Amino acid sequence: MTEFIDFISNNLQMIYIVILMIFVGVEVIGHVPAVLHTPLMSGANAIHGVVIIGAILVMLGAEPDNILALSLGFVAVLLGTLNVVGGFVVTDRMLEMFKKKK
Amino acid sequence: MEYIFSLEFIYLIASVTYILGLKMLGHPETARKGNLIAAAGMTLAIIGTIFLYQGEVSSIIYILIGIAILIGTIIGWLVAKKVGMTKMPELVSLFNGMGGASAALIGLIEFHHYIGDQLSILTIIAGMIIGSVSFSGSMIAWAKLNGTLNKPIRLPKYNILNNVFLLAILGFGAFIIISGSDSSLFLYLLFFAALAYGILFVLPIGGADMPVVISLLNSFTGLAAAFGGFLYGNMVMLTGGILVGSAGTILTLAMCKAMNRPLSNVIFGAFGEGSKAVAGDGN
Repeated sequence: MTEFIDFISNNLQMIYIVILMIFVGVEVIGHVPAVLHTPLMSGANAIHGVVIIGAILVMLGAEPDNILALSLGFVAVLLGTLNVVGGFVVTDRMLEMFKKKK
Repeated sequence: MEYIFSLEFIYLIASVTYILGLKMLGHPETARKGNLIAAAGMTLAIIGTIFLYQGEVSSIIYILIGIAILIGTIIGWLVAKKVGMTKMPELVSLFNGMGGASAALIGLIEFHHYIGDQLSILTIIAGMIIGSVSFSGSMIAWAKLNGTLNKPIRLPKYNILNNVFLLAILGFGAFIIISGSDSSLFLYLLFFAALAYGILFVLPIGGADMPVVISLLNSFTGLAAAFGGFLYGNMVMLTGGILVGSAGTILTLAMCKAMNRPLSNVIFGAFGEGSKAVAGDGN
């Protein structure tokens, strides 16, 4: 039990962020017209490409002689970039299509 | 004044752009601008992470990061620009899988650096399992939309089998965390088991339901990114990941609602007759 309380008090800031972000996410998506579901999914998909920051941190923290970590990290950064760049560009193209329809 | 130029401040701005971007994506007039704002925030966060990193880093690592980003940008840009309009959902699934794989790889690398720190191992294992499931699941979803795998493959009692398999994976993950094991074998076993689960999870679901599944896997990847944020105490990963995780879940439910089917029906009950009956009920 004390461990649990310690965990809460040590990570209070993060716990606040998690809880508030959950509500923000719910609120932001509420009442979105069905036509925008796919672009919104695609946009959210690009945003979780933020995982690339973690991949970059892995690379920055790796020892230069740790070949395994460096090569896996290299792949992780590359895949993360694909997620970010591809995600935003594809979303933009979807929305561009919307405009032309109107 | 110094704070303005610090990484934390950049992360704060980036987090705000994600929220703003998602909000604007929800309205037809502002959607395109919202996407660009989030993209700008992401670029800022990436550049800030690379150039404001505190610590000694050898130049070869900077070069490797640069090459990886360059290759990723070129391929991602070209593929996204060239794809046909009807092929876009499957491309989203593909990119989603890339993000999941990235999260899983982070877990694979960092596992050995945090042995003995149970809480960190927990976040690493959780992020790795979710990322792997998201990766392999997205690949199957992509193949299904692509037409490569157009028939739902269904083993008898697959629901029970899948759930037992999932419990086994979670149990194995808990075992690694609690025992404090540093075995690479266990780690890779868990990694491949999670990959297999992702395949089994999506394989029985019909092609028409794939958008819902992709949205669900999308929120999974968000969660995996958030676990990475926990691990590093990195606020932008945490906010971005949780935001996508929660928004993605709500979006998944909204998509199910638009189809007049409960989510459980999409995932577990997509038997030919059952789903038709439910779809017919909606009015």
